[in-house]
Amino acid sequence: MKAHLSRRYHFSASHRLNSEVYDAERNREVFGKCNNPHGHGHNYTVQITVSGEVDPETGMVCNLAELDAFAQVNLMDRFDHTNLNMLDCFRESVSTTENLTMEIYRSFRGFTAAHLERVHVEETSNNSFDYADDKGNDFGLG
Amino acid sequence: MILLTRKAEFSSAHFYWNDAWSDEENRRVFGKCANRNGHGHNYTLEVTVAGEVDPVSGFVVDLKQLKEILEREVVSVYDHRHLNLEVPEFAKAIPTTENIAIAIWQRLEDKIPNAKLHRVRVYEIPDLFADYYGER
Repeated sequence: MKAHLSRRYHFSASHRLNSEVYDAERNREVFGKCNNPHGHGHNYTVQITVSGEVDPETGMVCNLAELDAFAQVNLMDRFDHTNLNMLDCFRESVSTTENLTMEIYRSFRGFTAAHLERVHVEETSNNSFDYADDKGNDFGLG
Repeated sequence: MILLTRKAEFSSAHFYWNDAWSDEENRRVFGKCANRNGHGHNYTLEVTVAGEVDPVSGFVVDLKQLKEILEREVVSVYDHRHLNLEVPEFAKAIPTTENIAIAIWQRLEDKIPNAKLHRVRVYEIPDLFADYYGER
């Protein structure tokens, strides 16, 4: 039987929305207070959904300890208490939560113990973003 | 078609253990969840049904009736019980969140009048939940 398992993780980071393509005035116009020069921060919540057959021996889609260990390295160690704009993945793209969600999806494609269904990221309690398992979301990973 | 979701809560004890494995293997795979004296959670159940809105009542299903079904079929059986020791479906299956979602689906599947069961979501804690859509 196939079930979905979702786990939520929390990290805190700073960022500033600013596009190299725009001049200063246009950046202020497009990004508003998110473009304030010294940045600002959020408590992010990331919800990872994986799916698969429930293993009759363990009753699990995948071992949570393995998912947590993967998230510790690929999510928490990477993003928690960082300035997102300083990270390699945002060197050429704006550190919006859309781009962050896709980056987290890309990185969780490396979790092989279950099928990645969806990455849901809450930037604040009012803003959240989803990236799901659709055709064409393979980021060249096959 | 519209989806309607009703929540219910139950508090239960459980532990994870596979009788076919050694003590060491159980502890390696299940960690602290394998402590044989068990531990417990406040579970939140979300049951989503799908159906057409009745033009007379404006309901997909009668919410009071749905609440009574959840109470009778699930909460009265699971609440303040030890899942491994007192709930028949977990005599063999390990009461993981995944298996609890599947078991609740099987308890409810043919019990909802005028609507189709769409999803069973079980939260073990706010940061961990399992969804079952009836996929075999």
